[in-house]
Formats: sequence, structure tokens, C-alpha cells
Amino acid sequence: MTIAVKPTQTGEPLFYLADEHPHPEGYSTSLGFWIYLMSDCLIFAILFATFGVLGGNYAAGPAPKDLFDLSLVAVNTSMLLLSSITYGFAMLTMQQNRIGQTQMWLAITGLFGAAFIGIELTEFAHMIHEGATPQRSAFLSAFFTLVGTHGLHVTCGLIWLVTLMVQVWKFGLIEANRRRLMCLSMFWHFLDVVWIGVFTFVYLLGVLR
Amino acid sequence: MSPDLIKLIFGRLSIESLPLHEPIVVGTFVVVALGGITLLGGLTYFRVWGYLWREWFTTVDHKRIGIMYMILGIVMLLRGFADALMMRGQQMLAFNGSEGYLNAHHYDQVFTAHGVIMIFFVAMPLVTGLMNYVVPLQIGARDVSFPFLNNFSFWMTVGGAVLVMASLFIGEFARTGWLAYPPLSNIGYSPDVGVDYYIWALQVAGVGTTLSGINLICTIVKLRAPGMTMMRMPVFTWTSLCTNVLIVASFPVLTVVLALLSLDRYVGTNFFTNDFGGSPMMYVNLIWIWGHPEVYILVLPAFGIFSEVTSTFSGKRLFGYTSMVYATVVITILSYLVWLHHFFTMGSGASVNSFFGITTMIISIPTGAKMFNWLFTMYRGRIRFELPMMWTIAFMLTFVIGGMTGVLLAVPPADFVLHNSLFLIAHFHNVIIGGVVFGAFAGITYWFPKAFGFKLDPFWGKMSFWFWVTGFYLAFMPLYVLGLMGVTRRLRVFDDPSLQIWFVIAAIGAGLVFLGILSMLMQFAVSFLKREQLKDVTGDPWDARTLEWATSSPPPAYNFAFTPVVHDNDAWWDMKKRGYQRPLTGFKPIHMPSNTGTGIILAGFATAMGFGLIWYIWWLAAASFIAMLAVGIGHTFNYHRDFNIPADEVVRTEDARTQLLAGAKS
Amino acid sequence: MNTDTHATAADHHHHDDHAHGTLSTYLLGFVLSVVLTAIPFWLVMSGALPSKQITALVIMAFAVVQIVVHMIYFLHMNTTSENGWSMMALIFTIVMVVIALSGSLWVMNHLNSNMMPVHEMGGMK
Repeated sequence: MTIAVKPTQTGEPLFYLADEHPHPEGYSTSLGFWIYLMSDCLIFAILFATFGVLGGNYAAGPAPKDLFDLSLVAVNTSMLLLSSITYGFAMLTMQQNRIGQTQMWLAITGLFGAAFIGIELTEFAHMIHEGATPQRSAFLSAFFTLVGTHGLHVTCGLIWLVTLMVQVWKFGLIEANRRRLMCLSMFWHFLDVVWIGVFTFVYLLGVLR
Repeated sequence: MSPDLIKLIFGRLSIESLPLHEPIVVGTFVVVALGGITLLGGLTYFRVWGYLWREWFTTVDHKRIGIMYMILGIVMLLRGFADALMMRGQQMLAFNGSEGYLNAHHYDQVFTAHGVIMIFFVAMPLVTGLMNYVVPLQIGARDVSFPFLNNFSFWMTVGGAVLVMASLFIGEFARTGWLAYPPLSNIGYSPDVGVDYYIWALQVAGVGTTLSGINLICTIVKLRAPGMTMMRMPVFTWTSLCTNVLIVASFPVLTVVLALLSLDRYVGTNFFTNDFGGSPMMYVNLIWIWGHPEVYILVLPAFGIFSEVTSTFSGKRLFGYTSMVYATVVITILSYLVWLHHFFTMGSGASVNSFFGITTMIISIPTGAKMFNWLFTMYRGRIRFELPMMWTIAFMLTFVIGGMTGVLLAVPPADFVLHNSLFLIAHFHNVIIGGVVFGAFAGITYWFPKAFGFKLDPFWGKMSFWFWVTGFYLAFMPLYVLGLMGVTRRLRVFDDPSLQIWFVIAAIGAGLVFLGILSMLMQFAVSFLKREQLKDVTGDPWDARTLEWATSSPPPAYNFAFTPVVHDNDAWWDMKKRGYQRPLTGFKPIHMPSNTGTGIILAGFATAMGFGLIWYIWWLAAASFIAMLAVGIGHTFNYHRDFNIPADEVVRTEDARTQLLAGAKS
Repeated sequence: MNTDTHATAADHHHHDDHAHGTLSTYLLGFVLSVVLTAIPFWLVMSGALPSKQITALVIMAFAVVQIVVHMIYFLHMNTTSENGWSMMALIFTIVMVVIALSGSLWVMNHLNSNMMPVHEMGGMK
């Protein structure tokens, strides 16, 4: 806040606001949420660092080449990308106050998110079935934890999304709900950014290795 | 009941988990239980539960939350210090074939608990409490950015403390040292609940710390009074900002490291194991990425306190404000580049060690600059040697010694000799007690009249001061000597009788510190009894310089009837100098957040979940988790979280103050 | 009443400046990220580039570009929202991430090469 407060007409400096307006509700929310995301970003950074350090320790077990099915990962990535743009549409319709369309786009986003989680779980189940469990090697421990933490975040996002849809349905697109939708939007797109790191460093570079 | 059913209900908790075979623990339990029953009975008898719940436990007022943090810190200080006395006693006695009075199992828990409690549940609450109380007042705000979150954060910290305390009587605490290095902390070597207590206590408290960090950053960035630019913020607010930035940037690292360790212990993954490609060294590396910033998290606010105190009691503007701010920011960044100096000896080699050795030495430059700024502030000032100033001077002497031994340790070849020795123990106690603890005490004596409306009794304060300072030097200077002679840390028995005298001196020092702590408690009691004599009606008992002294002592719930406008670094000094007249009319209703019990309920479930996970009581963990989710989501359906303090109530409060001030003048 | 005070107070209300996207920026962001995702997948799956090192560098470069695209078009990052504090927080975080990541890799690499016997270093690069 850079406000130059000039002296009053009498030359007396002004030491208090006689007529003030309180900060609107949620005045700090978007900054606060952004800082939370930054701390979450560090959580992922440490998981990436762990994967970077331990990711080559196969302990004579399976390596990325034996495990990863890149076409499945590509499908999964597209799920997340599509959910991002549909969330964008939800935000656009929210700005135009079209509550029905907002809800529809939110629902579609949720479906893409659920599809992403479903595909990821299938992939995990397949790997575990083949004996590539998190306990098998440090590489697999790091892989499951990093990708699983991202999946867990998406799951939280889905729970939040459903909660918000109920709240929009009950209370409408009131200011508080708009703010919450905006926070979830940041959260959702942030998870997308993390996924870029995951598919590049874990899957693509893993297969190259 | 079948054993399977018992296992399902109680997990691995059984009658044998209670340490009935440890007479010391049983004795402690009896004392604590009697004390607890007396306290609870007293509270019930005087019918204060309702008052406590409505006005304190559910409060979202940053001032009350700050006070509760301070109480938590002081209570836990008693526990942590009891551990310290036990260690000093053990090491003093265990010579010439004597085994001392603590068995290895118990002694290892004592030194682990001492470290964990002192850092996480004494130093952190004291520092957070002071920031919580002072920062919004200093920037002219009505509360923090997220008042409900503030309450929740506090109760999560309490939840962590409760788990640590529970480990004393139910089961055991970790026997690994305060950072729980694997492979020792892995399930193979520590199959008991100790490390699990450690993990979940820190995870629960860590959530609270991270959230309160976010909260205070937002508060400082968004809620400053008009006119208060970044370079007009009081130094304490600056150091608080940097500390909270460090909290938000480092506690996630701790969260991840502990999560990975718990995966190793619960699921059987191989992050930090010796087999299947795991690397215990990675744990050490990661935990110190959190651990080093942590020490600056603690000491930066202390630097801020000393800055406020020095300029107030020297009657001068702080020397070199700008350089102070830049030094703080530089320390913030640099604190991220030095973590490897905690494990020079692990074998990263010359290039890595020299990089981290040099960055460590560089940190002493901004710190030294701060020291000179304080000295120059005092230079030619009219210094009043009141208690806060005395603590500050003790800090300056003590911290310089600690800092110099720190630079010594920063030299990798020297560290190879001194690593893990008592020299290191002496060094970090020298900076943490000399810096953080003295800082917290300076802060407590300085802001106590603001919080409660009366000053602390100077006689008992001075008793406490001298006991603490002499006790500190007696307790830790011998440890430097012992360290140079090669004595390593965490030893329970000794062979060489010539060392004993040093441990005896150290134990005497610890005894003096104990008297210091008792004097401090005495000081609180005496000051409360003499509160009429020590009363502060002006709101500005020290003739201070920053905004928190512009309002009454204690401040009203809304802090300032009108939001102040700032024209100068020392805003309140500037207002006093230019003949500021306190407004007497024109009050308006004030918009404030309402109290809520959600924070304490959520934290209660989180603690229960931690307890369930520690003892493998899976139903309890799952039920608490679901309850937490339900309460949390339920809370978001409450859209009415604030109320207005009516204008006539503001008028009443402010009129009462006007009369008090008039009485003080006549 | 002083006009400046009004300006000051009113100033508080106009902080809802979190940038919003439009349909075209969202679509542009989407198309860009589809392209930036598809190329790395294709490069790795087809093995189009001659050496693995070059492929690795290229896909990492694509990842960085795509992260920037997401930041701008989906997260609406700019230097003005929240008076620049969002950008400040982001830059600080990036610095921390770089320190923690590269520091850990550097430190652990040296630890491994110094503390382990010469054989069995296959996975560690």
C-alpha cells in the first residue's frame, strides 16, 4: 500500500481515519491461498528431489522401461488438460453469472478429474500386480509417493469441487462462493503444472533412461 | 474377549505399555495427576469452564491466541527443563563405575524429548505467541488476515504438545535424538511407539505452524495501516515477516521428510532403509533443509525484539534501519544455503564442504552488522537499564560468543574434530538461549504491561535475570572445555574421572537456571498481587516508539477505535512529538470476526487421529479422520462469521479510557 | 471529511484485481499446452532424435515452456496482481525449489560417489 497521506487544510497531520471502511470479506484470501500453493509447491519439490536422488535405485527390480506405458500416460495427461480448460469455462460462465452452465462445466471438470484418478489407479494396480510394489525398491517407493501425492491432491480437489457445487446450488453465485471457485481454480491449475513436471521427469525421462 | 478383538480395539496399546516399572515416571505421573486434578477441580469449583470456552478456547482474537501461545510455551518450558536437569544430574553422577540413576532406555528418551520439546513446543510457541500478539498491533490492524485459521493453528500446536506429553505416561518417546535419523528411527531398530509419537506430534503441530506462517505473511502484506510502507514497518514486523516466509518455505520440507519416514515405518517403503536402494543419508540431507532455516525462524523475531527494546530504552531512533532490514532479508535467503554444515563429516567431499562452509561464514556478516546497529543505537543514547534492556545486553554479550564458536564450527576441518561433541552442544545452546530465550524474555517483560495493564515486578525479574545469566555461563562454558577434550554428546556414563568436575560445574549452572525459572514464576505471581502498584494507565509505560503503544493497555478487542495513519518509521513517537490528540467522538460500529469452536474441535480430532496411528488403533484413526473431514466441510457451510461491535460499546470503552488517562494526569 | 482519506479507504476496495481470463486466452493456452505436451511424448515414443541426451534436454525445455504457458494463461500470473506480491512469492518459491532440488542432487551425488564402493553405480548419474 503506497498511500501518500497529505496534511489536512489546517496543516495538522492526519493521524487516524475518521471515516473508514472495513476491508471487504476475503480481502486477503487470494494472496493467502497463493502462498499456501507455494508451500505445497515445495512439498512437491522435495518429492521430486527424492525421486531424483533415489529414482535410479532399482535394487535389481523393474525399471521405468519395464513398467511405464507411455500411451496410457498420454491419455491420462489429456484428461487433466481437458479438465483444466473445462474449469476455465466454468470460471468464464461464472463471470457471466450463468449458474446452470457454471455447474455443468464444474461437473464435466469433475468427471475428467475422476477419469484421471481412475486411470492412475488402474496403472498402479497393474504395476502392483506385476510385483512392482512401493516396497520393491527405492525407485518404486519414490515413484508411488510422488505420483500418489499428486493423485491425492486431485482427489482432494474433487471433494472440494463437489462441496462447492453443493454450495453454489444452495446459496447461488454469491461473493463468497465466487471467491472459493477462484481458489479451487488456482488449486486445479496448479496441479496441472505439477503434472507437467511428473510426466516429463518421471515418465518421459524415466523411459529414456 | 479374544486377543484379535482386543487388538482390533486397542491396537498395540496394552497395560504393559504403561511405564509402571519406571519409578521416576510413576512419581512424575502422580505429581502431574494431582496437580491436574487440583487445577481441573478448581476450574470446576469456580465455574470458569464456560468463561474459558467462550472467551479463550474459541477466541479468534489474535491477542488472546498470542497469550495462550505464551502460556503453552512456558508450561512446556517446565517439562523441557525438567529433562535438562535430569540429564545434567545423570552426567554429573555417572562416573567411577556408577551408572547414575537413569537407565539407558529412559536416558535416551530424556535427551530426545528435551530437544524436541524445547525447539517445537517452547521456542516456537514463545516466538509465534509474541508475533501473534504484537504484529497486528504494530501495523495498526484489527486482527490477523484469517482469524479462524489462527485459532485452529494454535490448537494444532497444542495437539502436538499433548501427544508429546502423552508419550511420557502412555508408552514411550523416541530414543533417537531430536531429529530421529534413520536407520535408527526405522521400524527395524525402533519398533516401538516412540518414533511414531515423534512423527505425529510434529506433523500435527507442523500443520499449525505452516498455517500460522501463511496467516501472518498475509496480515503483514495486506493489513498494514495506511501510510505504513514496507520501509516504514517496525523492525519486529520485518523480522516477523521474514520468519514467516521461512516457516512457509521450510515446514513443508519437514512434513515431507516425516511423511516419507512414516511410509518407511508403516508401509514398508524403502526411502531411508539400508536395503533395496534406500538412502539414510537422504533423510539427513532433507531434514536439514528444514532444520537450518528453523534456527533462523527462531532467532529472527528475537532480533526484532532486541531492535525494538534497544531503541526504546536508548530513547533514540534505531541506528541503520535500512541496513537492519537488508541484513534480515539477506539472512533469510542465506539460511537456505547452509544446511550441509550440519553434516560435513558425512563425506560429501572437499568441493561441497567448502561451498557450504563459506556460505555459513558469510551469514555472520549481516548478523554482525545487526550487532553494530544495536551498539550504535545505544551509543550516546540515554539508556534506561530496565529489565528488557538488561536481557538485551546479556544477549549481545552471549550471542557474540555463540556466534564466534559457530564460525569456528563452520570451518570444515575444525568441524571434523568438533562434530557431535559437547562443543557443538555448548555452541547451539549459546545461540539459542542467548538469542531466542533471552529474546523471548525481553519480549515478555517488554510487552507484558501492554497485554495485561500492569508491569512485571522488577525485583523478581532481576533475580531471574541474574540466575539465568550466571547459570547459563556455568552450565555451558564447561561444555566447551569438554568438547575440546573430545567428549561427545548424548553419553550416559563416563570412564575418565578427570572429566567429572566439569559436569559438576555444569550441573550447578543448571541448578541456577532452575532458580531463574522459579524466580520468573514468582515474578508473575508477585506482579499479579501487586498489580495496582504496577498499573499502567497510559498505555505507553516505557515511552516507546511503535504503534502498539498508541492504544490502551490491555488493548480493546478491536485494537484501535480508528485505524491509525502512519507518517514515520517510529509512528507512535512521531504522533507524540507532533501533539497527536486522541479522538474522543465520532465512533462507529466496528466489524469483527466471531468466535468459533471449530478450531479446537478439528485439532482435537487431529490429535485423536495421531494417537490412533501411533498405537495402530485403526478404527480411531479412520473415525477421527472422517470426523475431521465432516467438521471441516461443515464449517464451510457457515457463511456468517462476523459481527459488528456496536458504536455505543466502542464509546463506552473509549470513554473509560479517557477517564483513566485523565486520572493519570491529575 | 478529507478527500484523501476517502481515496485511501476506497483504495482498499479495489484490490479484487486478480486477473481473469477470457475465452480466447483460455483456448490459446489450451492449444499451446496440447502442442507442448504432444511433441515431447512423440519425441520419446518415436525416438525421433538421434541421441537420448538431446531428447532429454529438448523435453525438459518443453516442460519449462509449458509451465510458463500454464502460469500465464490458466493461473493468470502477472506482475501487478496483489501489488506484485504473487509474483514475488512465486519467484521466491522458484529460488527455493531450485536450491532444494539442485542442492540435494549435488550433495547426494557427491555423498554416493565418495561413500560407496566403485561398483554398482549404474543408476546414479
